Amino acid sequence: MGIPFGTDEWIQALHNELNNSDAYRKAAEKWEGDFYFVVDNGDGNPTYLYLDLWHGQSREACFVQDPSEKSPEFILSGPLDTWRKIVEKKLDPIRALMTRQLKLKGNMMKIMKVPKAATELVECCTRIDTEWPE
Amino acid sequence: MWFFKVPEFYFGEDALSQLTLLNGKRAFIVTDPGIVQLGFVDKVRELLETAAFQIAVFAEVEPNPSLQTVRRGAQAMLDFQPDWIIGLGGGSSMDAAKAMWILYERPDIQPDAINPFDELGLRQKARLLCIPTTAGTGSEANYGIVLTDTEEKRKLTLGTREATPDMAIVDPFFTAHLPRQITADTGIDVLTHAIEAYTCNWANDFTDGLCLQAARMVFTYLPRAVASGAADMEAREKMANAATIAGMTLGNSQVALAHALGHSAGAIFKEIPHGRITAIFLPLTIEYIGNGNNGRYLDIARAIGIPAEDEATAATLLAQAVRNLLREIGQPTNLHEAGVDKQAFEDALPLMCEHVEVDANTIMSPRIPDMTEIEQLFRYAYHGQTVDF
Repeated sequence: MGIPFGTDEWIQALHNELNNSDAYRKAAEKWEGDFYFVVDNGDGNPTYLYLDLWHGQSREACFVQDPSEKSPEFILSGPLDTWRKIVEKKLDPIRALMTRQLKLKGNMMKIMKVPKAATELVECCTRIDTEWPE
Repeated sequence: MWFFKVPEFYFGEDALSQLTLLNGKRAFIVTDPGIVQLGFVDKVRELLETAAFQIAVFAEVEPNPSLQTVRRGAQAMLDFQPDWIIGLGGGSSMDAAKAMWILYERPDIQPDAINPFDELGLRQKARLLCIPTTAGTGSEANYGIVLTDTEEKRKLTLGTREATPDMAIVDPFFTAHLPRQITADTGIDVLTHAIEAYTCNWANDFTDGLCLQAARMVFTYLPRAVASGAADMEAREKMANAATIAGMTLGNSQVALAHALGHSAGAIFKEIPHGRITAIFLPLTIEYIGNGNNGRYLDIARAIGIPAEDEATAATLLAQAVRNLLREIGQPTNLHEAGVDKQAFEDALPLMCEHVEVDANTIMSPRIPDMTEIEQLFRYAYHGQTVDF
Protein backbone atom coordinates (compact mmCIF):
# COMPACT_ATOMS: atom_id res chain seq x y z
CA MET A 1 0.00 0.00 0.00
CA GLY A 2 1.53 3.32 -1.05
CA ILE A 3 1.28 6.77 0.49
CA PRO A 4 -1.63 8.79 -0.92
CA PHE A 5 -0.40 11.79 -2.94
CA GLY A 6 -1.37 15.22 -1.64
CA THR A 7 -1.45 14.21 2.03
CA ASP A 8 0.61 15.28 5.01
CA GLU A 9 2.10 11.78 5.07
CA TRP A 10 3.26 12.15 1.46
CA ILE A 11 4.96 15.53 1.92
CA GLN A 12 6.59 14.18 5.11
CA ALA A 13 7.90 11.26 3.06
CA LEU A 14 9.40 13.73 0.60
CA HIS A 15 10.91 15.68 3.51
CA ASN A 16 12.62 12.47 4.68
CA GLU A 17 13.80 11.52 1.20
CA LEU A 18 15.32 14.97 0.68
CA ASN A 19 17.11 14.89 4.00
CA ASN A 20 18.52 11.45 3.21
CA SER A 21 19.73 12.40 -0.25
CA ASP A 22 23.39 13.33 -0.61
CA ALA A 23 22.78 14.22 -4.26
CA TYR A 24 20.02 16.68 -3.33
CA ARG A 25 22.06 18.15 -0.48
CA LYS A 26 24.98 18.83 -2.82
CA ALA A 27 22.82 20.15 -5.67
CA ALA A 28 20.83 22.50 -3.42
CA GLU A 29 23.50 23.57 -0.97
CA LYS A 30 23.06 27.23 -1.95
CA TRP A 31 19.27 27.17 -2.14
CA GLU A 32 17.10 29.16 0.27
CA GLY A 33 13.37 29.27 -0.40
CA ASP A 34 10.01 27.74 0.50
CA PHE A 35 7.18 26.49 -1.70
CA TYR A 36 3.53 25.78 -1.93
CA PHE A 37 2.87 22.88 -4.27
CA VAL A 38 -0.74 23.45 -5.28
CA VAL A 39 -2.61 20.49 -6.72
CA ASP A 40 -5.73 21.26 -8.72
CA ASN A 41 -7.94 18.23 -8.09
CA GLY A 42 -10.58 19.42 -10.52
CA ASP A 43 -13.20 19.82 -7.79
CA GLY A 44 -12.56 23.45 -6.85
CA ASN A 45 -10.72 22.39 -3.69
CA PRO A 46 -7.01 22.49 -4.42
CA THR A 47 -4.52 20.77 -2.16
CA TYR A 48 -1.70 22.84 -0.63
CA LEU A 49 1.57 21.17 0.33
CA TYR A 50 4.21 23.31 2.02
CA LEU A 51 7.94 22.63 1.75
CA ASP A 52 10.69 24.81 3.19
CA LEU A 53 14.06 24.09 1.57
CA TRP A 54 17.23 25.50 3.06
CA HIS A 55 20.81 24.78 2.01
CA GLY A 56 20.23 21.24 0.82
CA GLN A 57 17.86 20.29 3.61
CA SER A 58 14.11 20.28 4.10
CA ARG A 59 13.38 22.34 7.22
CA GLU A 60 9.62 21.88 7.28
CA ALA A 61 7.03 20.02 5.28
CA CYS A 62 3.30 19.83 5.85
CA PHE A 63 -0.16 19.64 4.36
CA VAL A 64 -1.85 23.02 4.70
CA GLN A 65 -5.59 23.33 5.16
CA ASP A 66 -5.73 27.12 4.90
CA PRO A 67 -3.32 28.61 2.33
CA SER A 68 -3.17 31.89 4.26
CA GLU A 69 -1.26 30.01 6.99
CA LYS A 70 2.04 30.46 5.13
CA SER A 71 3.49 32.99 2.71
CA PRO A 72 6.00 30.97 0.69
CA GLU A 73 8.39 32.60 -1.76
CA PHE A 74 7.27 30.25 -4.57
CA ILE A 75 3.90 28.83 -5.55
CA LEU A 76 3.95 26.01 -8.08
CA SER A 77 0.52 24.92 -9.25
CA GLY A 78 -0.95 22.50 -11.74
CA PRO A 79 -3.55 19.81 -12.25
CA LEU A 80 -3.23 16.45 -10.52
CA ASP A 81 -2.43 14.69 -13.81
CA THR A 82 0.53 17.01 -14.39
CA TRP A 83 1.87 16.43 -10.88
CA ARG A 84 1.54 12.69 -11.38
CA LYS A 85 3.53 12.82 -14.63
CA ILE A 86 6.26 14.85 -12.89
CA VAL A 87 6.47 12.62 -9.83
CA GLU A 88 6.59 9.55 -12.06
CA LYS A 89 9.34 11.23 -14.15
CA LYS A 90 7.22 11.14 -17.29
CA LEU A 91 7.29 14.93 -17.57
CA ASP A 92 10.28 17.20 -17.01
CA PRO A 93 9.14 20.00 -14.64
CA ILE A 94 10.97 22.62 -16.74
CA ARG A 95 9.09 21.46 -19.83
CA ALA A 96 5.88 21.50 -17.82
CA LEU A 97 6.56 25.15 -16.99
CA MET A 98 7.48 26.00 -20.59
CA THR A 99 4.24 24.54 -21.89
CA ARG A 100 2.25 26.19 -19.08
CA GLN A 101 1.07 22.84 -17.74
CA LEU A 102 2.60 23.98 -14.48
CA LYS A 103 2.52 27.58 -13.31
CA LEU A 104 5.00 29.32 -11.07
CA LYS A 105 4.63 32.43 -8.96
CA GLY A 106 7.97 33.69 -7.70
CA ASN A 107 11.39 34.62 -9.00
CA MET A 108 12.00 32.25 -11.89
CA MET A 109 15.60 33.38 -12.27
CA LYS A 110 16.39 32.14 -8.78
CA ILE A 111 15.10 28.69 -9.70
CA MET A 112 16.90 28.68 -13.04
CA LYS A 113 20.19 29.00 -11.20
CA VAL A 114 19.72 25.61 -9.52
CA PRO A 115 18.48 23.30 -12.28
CA LYS A 116 20.20 20.29 -10.78
CA ALA A 117 18.46 20.79 -7.43
CA ALA A 118 15.10 20.62 -9.23
CA THR A 119 16.18 17.41 -10.93
CA GLU A 120 17.28 15.85 -7.64
CA LEU A 121 14.05 16.91 -5.93
CA VAL A 122 12.11 15.02 -8.59
CA GLU A 123 14.41 12.03 -8.06
CA CYS A 124 13.42 12.09 -4.38
CA CYS A 125 9.73 12.17 -5.34
CA THR A 126 10.14 9.09 -7.51
CA ARG A 127 11.47 7.14 -4.52
CA ILE A 128 8.20 7.57 -2.62
CA ASP A 129 5.79 4.70 -3.07
CA THR A 130 2.91 6.92 -4.12
CA GLU A 131 -0.73 5.98 -4.33
CA TRP A 132 -2.77 8.01 -6.79
CA PRO A 133 -6.50 8.66 -6.69
CA GLU A 134 -8.52 6.68 -9.25
CA MET B 1 3.20 17.72 -24.93
CA TRP B 2 5.87 19.78 -26.60
CA PHE B 3 6.16 22.41 -29.31
CA PHE B 4 8.07 23.17 -32.49
CA LYS B 5 8.59 26.85 -33.16
CA VAL B 6 10.55 28.31 -36.08
CA PRO B 7 10.54 31.54 -38.14
CA GLU B 8 9.48 31.96 -41.75
CA PHE B 9 12.63 31.33 -43.80
CA TYR B 10 13.90 32.71 -47.08
CA PHE B 11 17.09 30.96 -48.16
CA GLY B 12 19.44 30.55 -51.10
CA GLU B 13 20.91 32.91 -53.65
CA ASP B 14 19.15 36.31 -53.76
CA ALA B 15 17.05 35.54 -50.70
CA LEU B 16 18.01 39.00 -49.46
CA SER B 17 15.81 40.58 -52.12
CA GLN B 18 12.89 39.60 -49.89
CA LEU B 19 13.70 42.79 -47.97
CA THR B 20 12.18 44.85 -50.77
CA LEU B 21 8.83 43.19 -50.04
CA LEU B 22 8.88 43.81 -46.31
CA ASN B 23 5.86 45.69 -44.95
CA GLY B 24 6.71 48.39 -42.46
CA LYS B 25 7.98 51.92 -41.97
CA ARG B 26 10.89 52.07 -39.59
CA ALA B 27 13.66 49.49 -39.39
CA PHE B 28 16.28 49.34 -36.64
CA ILE B 29 19.41 47.39 -37.59
CA VAL B 30 21.45 45.81 -34.80
CA THR B 31 24.93 44.87 -35.88
CA ASP B 32 28.66 45.24 -35.20
CA PRO B 33 31.32 47.56 -36.63
CA GLY B 34 32.86 44.81 -38.76
CA ILE B 35 29.59 44.25 -40.60
CA VAL B 36 29.39 47.98 -41.33
CA GLN B 37 32.93 47.94 -42.73
CA LEU B 38 32.15 45.01 -44.98
CA GLY B 39 29.38 47.04 -46.60
CA PHE B 40 26.64 44.63 -45.48
CA VAL B 41 24.70 47.32 -43.64
CA ASP B 42 24.70 49.47 -46.78
CA LYS B 43 23.45 46.53 -48.82
CA VAL B 44 20.57 45.91 -46.39
CA ARG B 45 19.85 49.63 -46.12
CA GLU B 46 19.65 49.97 -49.91
CA LEU B 47 17.06 47.19 -50.18
CA LEU B 48 15.02 48.49 -47.26
CA GLU B 49 15.02 51.98 -48.76
CA THR B 50 13.52 50.47 -51.92
CA ALA B 51 10.65 49.47 -49.65
CA ALA B 52 10.50 53.09 -48.32
CA PHE B 53 11.81 52.28 -44.85
CA GLN B 54 13.36 54.84 -42.52
CA ILE B 55 16.40 53.24 -40.98
CA ALA B 56 18.46 53.51 -37.81
CA VAL B 57 21.61 51.51 -37.15
CA PHE B 58 23.08 50.39 -33.82
CA ALA B 59 26.54 49.05 -34.71
CA GLU B 60 28.03 48.68 -31.25
CA VAL B 61 27.53 44.98 -30.58
CA GLU B 62 30.71 43.39 -29.30
CA PRO B 63 31.57 39.66 -29.35
CA ASN B 64 29.79 38.06 -26.36
CA PRO B 65 27.45 41.05 -25.94
CA SER B 66 27.06 42.40 -22.45
CA LEU B 67 23.95 43.35 -20.52
CA GLN B 68 25.12 46.97 -20.71
CA THR B 69 25.26 46.93 -24.53
CA VAL B 70 21.78 45.43 -24.63
CA ARG B 71 20.40 48.17 -22.37
CA ARG B 72 22.04 50.84 -24.55
CA GLY B 73 20.60 49.40 -27.75
CA ALA B 74 17.14 49.10 -26.21
CA GLN B 75 17.24 52.77 -25.28
CA ALA B 76 18.17 53.67 -28.86
CA MET B 77 15.18 51.63 -30.05
CA LEU B 78 12.89 53.45 -27.63
CA ASP B 79 14.14 56.73 -29.10
CA PHE B 80 13.63 55.60 -32.73
CA GLN B 81 10.38 53.61 -32.31
CA PRO B 82 10.92 51.02 -35.07
CA ASP B 83 8.32 48.54 -36.33
CA TRP B 84 10.96 46.08 -37.54
CA ILE B 85 14.11 45.03 -35.68
CA ILE B 86 16.80 43.54 -37.90
CA GLY B 87 19.56 41.48 -36.34
CA LEU B 88 22.36 41.48 -38.91
CA GLY B 89 25.58 39.62 -38.18
CA GLY B 90 26.74 36.59 -36.27
CA GLY B 91 25.22 35.17 -33.12
CA SER B 92 26.26 38.15 -31.01
CA SER B 93 24.37 40.68 -33.14
CA MET B 94 21.29 38.50 -33.51
CA ASP B 95 21.16 37.60 -29.82
CA ALA B 96 21.67 41.25 -28.87
CA ALA B 97 18.87 42.23 -31.29
CA LYS B 98 16.51 39.76 -29.62
CA ALA B 99 17.32 41.03 -26.13
CA MET B 100 17.13 44.71 -27.14
CA TRP B 101 13.80 44.08 -28.87
CA ILE B 102 12.40 42.46 -25.72
CA LEU B 103 13.47 45.44 -23.61
CA TYR B 104 12.06 47.81 -26.23
CA GLU B 105 8.73 46.01 -26.01
CA ARG B 106 8.95 45.54 -22.25
CA PRO B 107 11.11 48.31 -20.69
CA ASP B 108 9.84 47.17 -17.29
CA ILE B 109 11.91 43.98 -17.23
CA GLN B 110 15.60 43.31 -16.75
CA PRO B 111 17.53 41.44 -19.48
CA ASP B 112 18.62 38.69 -17.10
CA ALA B 113 14.96 38.03 -16.30
CA ILE B 114 14.13 36.91 -19.85
CA ASN B 115 12.87 33.36 -19.39
CA PRO B 116 10.78 30.83 -21.28
CA PHE B 117 8.08 30.58 -18.62
CA ASP B 118 6.57 34.05 -18.42
CA GLU B 119 4.38 35.47 -21.15
CA LEU B 120 5.93 38.76 -22.29
CA GLY B 121 3.36 39.90 -24.86
CA LEU B 122 5.90 40.87 -27.52
CA ARG B 123 5.06 42.20 -31.00
CA GLN B 124 3.04 45.14 -29.77
CA LYS B 125 5.60 47.53 -31.25
CA ALA B 126 7.79 45.63 -33.69
CA ARG B 127 8.69 42.32 -35.29
CA LEU B 128 12.06 40.66 -35.57
CA LEU B 129 13.98 39.70 -38.70
CA CYS B 130 17.38 38.02 -38.49
CA ILE B 131 19.99 37.87 -41.22
CA PRO B 132 23.04 35.73 -40.41
CA THR B 133 26.36 36.76 -41.90
CA THR B 134 28.17 33.67 -40.65
CA ALA B 135 27.22 30.02 -41.00
CA GLY B 136 27.21 28.62 -37.51
CA THR B 137 25.26 30.11 -34.68
CA GLY B 138 21.77 29.32 -35.96
CA SER B 139 20.46 32.12 -33.77
CA GLU B 140 18.26 33.26 -36.68
CA ALA B 141 16.23 30.08 -36.29
CA ASN B 142 15.45 30.00 -32.59
CA TYR B 143 14.68 31.96 -29.45
CA GLY B 144 17.95 31.46 -27.60
CA ILE B 145 19.86 34.48 -26.34
CA VAL B 146 23.37 34.28 -24.92
CA LEU B 147 24.58 37.39 -23.13
CA THR B 148 27.53 37.98 -20.84
CA ASP B 149 27.33 39.31 -17.33
CA THR B 150 30.68 41.09 -17.26
CA GLU B 151 30.51 41.63 -13.50
CA GLU B 152 29.98 37.94 -12.64
CA LYS B 153 32.14 36.77 -15.59
CA ARG B 154 29.33 34.47 -16.56
CA LYS B 155 27.44 33.74 -19.75
CA LEU B 156 23.70 33.95 -19.38
CA THR B 157 21.66 31.53 -21.44
CA LEU B 158 18.29 33.22 -21.77
CA GLY B 159 15.26 32.95 -24.00
CA THR B 160 11.56 33.05 -24.48
CA ARG B 161 9.66 31.31 -27.24
CA GLU B 162 8.20 34.69 -28.18
CA ALA B 163 11.71 35.81 -29.17
CA THR B 164 11.79 33.42 -32.12
CA PRO B 165 12.34 35.74 -35.11
CA ASP B 166 9.33 36.31 -37.32
CA MET B 167 11.50 35.91 -40.36
CA ALA B 168 15.04 34.85 -41.22
CA ILE B 169 16.90 35.44 -44.46
CA VAL B 170 19.74 33.00 -45.13
CA ASP B 171 21.63 34.26 -48.16
CA PRO B 172 25.05 32.78 -49.04
CA PHE B 173 26.05 36.23 -50.32
CA PHE B 174 27.06 37.10 -46.75
CA THR B 175 29.26 34.07 -46.12
CA ALA B 176 30.89 33.86 -49.56
CA HIS B 177 34.00 35.75 -48.50
CA LEU B 178 34.04 34.78 -44.84
CA PRO B 179 37.67 34.38 -43.74
CA ARG B 180 38.90 30.82 -43.41
CA GLN B 181 39.27 31.00 -39.61
CA ILE B 182 35.77 32.36 -39.05
CA THR B 183 34.36 29.77 -41.46
CA ALA B 184 35.93 27.05 -39.31
CA ASP B 185 35.04 28.62 -35.95
CA THR B 186 31.40 29.10 -36.84
CA GLY B 187 30.94 26.05 -39.04
CA ILE B 188 32.05 23.60 -36.37
CA ASP B 189 29.42 25.06 -34.04
CA VAL B 190 26.78 23.64 -36.39
CA LEU B 191 28.05 20.14 -35.67
CA THR B 192 28.01 20.71 -31.90
CA HIS B 193 24.41 21.93 -32.15
CA ALA B 194 23.34 18.99 -34.28
CA ILE B 195 24.98 16.29 -32.16
CA GLU B 196 23.89 17.74 -28.83
CA ALA B 197 20.31 18.39 -29.96
CA TYR B 198 20.09 14.78 -31.16
CA THR B 199 21.45 13.25 -27.98
CA CYS B 200 20.13 15.53 -25.21
CA ASN B 201 17.21 14.77 -22.92
CA TRP B 202 14.83 16.95 -24.93
CA ALA B 203 15.50 15.36 -28.33
CA ASN B 204 12.25 14.67 -30.14
CA ASP B 205 10.78 13.39 -33.40
CA PHE B 206 10.45 16.86 -34.88
CA THR B 207 14.13 17.75 -34.47
CA ASP B 208 15.85 14.37 -34.95
CA GLY B 209 15.82 14.47 -38.74
CA LEU B 210 17.09 18.05 -38.80
CA CYS B 211 20.01 17.10 -36.54
CA LEU B 212 21.08 14.17 -38.69
CA GLN B 213 20.83 16.21 -41.89
CA ALA B 214 22.84 19.09 -40.41
CA ALA B 215 25.55 16.72 -39.13
CA ARG B 216 25.77 15.06 -42.53
CA MET B 217 26.09 18.45 -44.27
CA VAL B 218 28.87 19.62 -41.92
CA PHE B 219 31.02 16.55 -42.52
CA THR B 220 30.51 16.93 -46.29
CA TYR B 221 30.69 20.68 -46.82
CA LEU B 222 32.62 22.32 -43.97
CA PRO B 223 36.08 21.10 -45.11
CA ARG B 224 35.24 22.34 -48.61
CA ALA B 225 34.00 25.72 -47.38
CA VAL B 226 37.16 26.16 -45.28
CA ALA B 227 39.50 25.04 -48.05
CA SER B 228 37.93 26.82 -51.01
CA GLY B 229 35.99 29.79 -49.66
CA ALA B 230 34.09 31.74 -52.30
CA ALA B 231 35.40 29.44 -55.01
CA ASP B 232 33.01 26.76 -53.78
CA MET B 233 29.65 28.48 -53.51
CA GLU B 234 27.83 25.17 -53.25
CA ALA B 235 29.71 24.45 -50.00
CA ARG B 236 29.04 28.00 -48.78
CA GLU B 237 25.33 27.73 -49.42
CA LYS B 238 25.07 24.26 -47.92
CA MET B 239 26.88 25.39 -44.75
CA ALA B 240 24.64 28.46 -44.45
CA ASN B 241 21.62 26.18 -44.71
CA ALA B 242 23.09 23.59 -42.33
CA ALA B 243 23.63 26.29 -39.71
CA THR B 244 20.00 27.34 -39.90
CA ILE B 245 18.75 23.74 -39.94
CA ALA B 246 20.75 22.97 -36.79
CA GLY B 247 19.62 26.30 -35.35
CA MET B 248 16.02 25.16 -35.67
CA THR B 249 16.73 22.28 -33.32
CA LEU B 250 17.78 24.58 -30.48
CA GLY B 251 14.91 25.55 -28.27
CA ASN B 252 12.78 22.85 -29.87
CA SER B 253 15.35 20.40 -28.56
CA GLN B 254 18.37 21.69 -26.62
CA VAL B 255 22.12 21.69 -26.38
CA ALA B 256 23.82 20.04 -23.47
CA LEU B 257 27.11 19.34 -21.76
CA ALA B 258 29.58 20.51 -24.45
CA HIS B 259 27.81 23.86 -24.40
CA ALA B 260 27.80 24.06 -20.61
CA LEU B 261 31.55 23.41 -20.59
CA GLY B 262 32.12 25.72 -23.55
CA HIS B 263 30.11 28.57 -22.08
CA SER B 264 31.92 28.32 -18.76
CA ALA B 265 35.37 28.28 -20.33
CA GLY B 266 34.38 30.88 -22.94
CA ALA B 267 33.26 33.35 -20.29
CA ILE B 268 36.80 33.28 -18.86
CA PHE B 269 38.90 32.85 -22.01
CA LYS B 270 36.97 35.37 -24.05
CA GLU B 271 39.56 35.54 -26.81
CA ILE B 272 38.54 32.06 -27.98
CA PRO B 273 35.39 32.17 -30.12
CA HIS B 274 32.33 30.25 -28.93
CA GLY B 275 32.31 27.69 -31.75
CA ARG B 276 35.98 26.89 -31.36
CA ILE B 277 36.00 26.43 -27.60
CA THR B 278 32.72 24.49 -27.48
CA ALA B 279 33.85 22.10 -30.20
CA ILE B 280 36.92 21.21 -28.14
CA PHE B 281 34.54 19.72 -25.57
CA LEU B 282 32.34 17.92 -28.10
CA PRO B 283 34.42 14.74 -28.57
CA LEU B 284 35.02 14.54 -24.82
CA THR B 285 31.33 14.71 -24.01
CA ILE B 286 30.56 12.11 -26.71
CA GLU B 287 33.05 9.77 -25.02
CA TYR B 288 31.82 10.60 -21.51
CA ILE B 289 28.17 10.00 -22.42
CA GLY B 290 29.07 6.96 -24.49
CA ASN B 291 31.04 5.49 -21.57
CA GLY B 292 27.90 5.74 -19.46
CA ASN B 293 25.99 3.96 -22.22
CA ASN B 294 23.60 6.91 -22.41
CA GLY B 295 24.06 8.09 -25.99
CA ARG B 296 22.25 7.89 -29.32
CA TYR B 297 25.43 8.04 -31.34
CA LEU B 298 24.82 5.02 -33.54
CA ASP B 299 22.27 6.93 -35.67
CA ILE B 300 24.66 9.86 -36.10
CA ALA B 301 27.57 7.59 -36.94
CA ARG B 302 25.50 5.84 -39.59
CA ALA B 303 24.25 9.16 -40.98
CA ILE B 304 27.80 10.28 -41.65
CA GLY B 305 28.96 6.93 -42.94
CA ILE B 306 30.85 5.56 -39.94
CA PRO B 307 30.58 1.76 -39.92
CA ALA B 308 29.65 1.26 -36.26
CA GLU B 309 27.64 -1.71 -35.04
CA ASP B 310 26.80 -0.67 -31.50
CA GLU B 311 26.51 2.44 -29.32
CA ALA B 312 29.88 2.07 -27.57
CA THR B 313 31.80 1.75 -30.82
CA ALA B 314 29.73 4.53 -32.39
CA ALA B 315 30.63 6.96 -29.57
CA THR B 316 34.33 6.13 -29.85
CA LEU B 317 34.41 6.41 -33.63
CA LEU B 318 32.26 9.54 -33.72
CA ALA B 319 34.50 11.30 -31.20
CA GLN B 320 37.47 10.32 -33.35
CA ALA B 321 35.72 11.60 -36.50
CA VAL B 322 35.02 14.93 -34.79
CA ARG B 323 38.69 15.27 -33.76
CA ASN B 324 39.76 14.42 -37.32
CA LEU B 325 37.38 17.05 -38.69
CA LEU B 326 38.75 19.63 -36.24
CA ARG B 327 42.28 18.90 -37.45
CA GLU B 328 41.22 18.98 -41.11
CA ILE B 329 39.76 22.47 -40.75
CA GLY B 330 42.68 23.71 -38.65
CA GLN B 331 40.91 23.89 -35.30
CA PRO B 332 42.50 23.07 -31.94
CA THR B 333 41.50 19.78 -30.32
CA ASN B 334 42.40 20.87 -26.79
CA LEU B 335 42.55 24.00 -24.66
CA HIS B 336 46.35 24.06 -24.67
CA GLU B 337 46.38 24.19 -28.48
CA ALA B 338 43.71 26.89 -28.30
CA GLY B 339 46.20 29.07 -26.46
CA VAL B 340 44.95 28.76 -22.89
CA ASP B 341 47.78 29.37 -20.44
CA LYS B 342 48.20 26.54 -17.91
CA GLN B 343 48.30 28.78 -14.86
CA ALA B 344 45.32 30.82 -16.04
CA PHE B 345 43.48 27.53 -16.58
CA GLU B 346 44.28 26.31 -13.05
CA ASP B 347 43.24 29.66 -11.59
CA ALA B 348 39.93 29.62 -13.46
CA LEU B 349 39.13 25.93 -12.89
CA PRO B 350 37.06 26.24 -9.67
CA LEU B 351 34.89 29.01 -11.13
CA MET B 352 34.43 27.18 -14.43
CA CYS B 353 33.37 24.01 -12.61
CA GLU B 354 30.93 25.96 -10.47
CA HIS B 355 29.36 27.53 -13.55
CA VAL B 356 28.99 24.19 -15.34
CA GLU B 357 27.19 22.77 -12.33
CA VAL B 358 24.54 25.51 -12.43
CA ASP B 359 24.32 25.79 -16.22
CA ALA B 360 20.85 24.81 -17.45
CA ASN B 361 22.45 22.94 -20.36
CA THR B 362 24.18 20.52 -17.98
CA ILE B 363 20.95 18.83 -16.94
CA MET B 364 20.06 18.35 -20.59
CA SER B 365 22.86 15.81 -20.83
CA PRO B 366 21.79 12.17 -20.73
CA ARG B 367 24.71 11.65 -18.33
CA ILE B 368 25.23 14.40 -15.77
CA PRO B 369 28.70 14.78 -14.28
CA ASP B 370 29.31 15.56 -10.62
CA MET B 371 31.86 18.18 -9.59
CA THR B 372 34.76 15.72 -9.66
CA GLU B 373 33.88 14.61 -13.18
CA ILE B 374 33.37 18.20 -14.36
CA GLU B 375 36.89 19.02 -13.18
CA GLN B 376 38.21 15.88 -14.89
CA LEU B 377 36.48 16.83 -18.14
CA PHE B 378 38.16 20.25 -18.03
CA ARG B 379 41.55 18.70 -17.31
CA TYR B 380 41.13 16.17 -20.12
CA ALA B 381 40.07 19.02 -22.41
CA TYR B 382 43.18 20.96 -21.51
CA HIS B 383 45.47 18.16 -22.65
CA GLY B 384 43.17 16.64 -25.29
CA GLN B 385 42.96 13.23 -23.64
CA THR B 386 40.45 10.56 -24.53
CA VAL B 387 37.80 10.31 -21.80
CA ASP B 388 38.14 7.01 -19.94
CA PHE B 389 35.57 7.47 -17.18
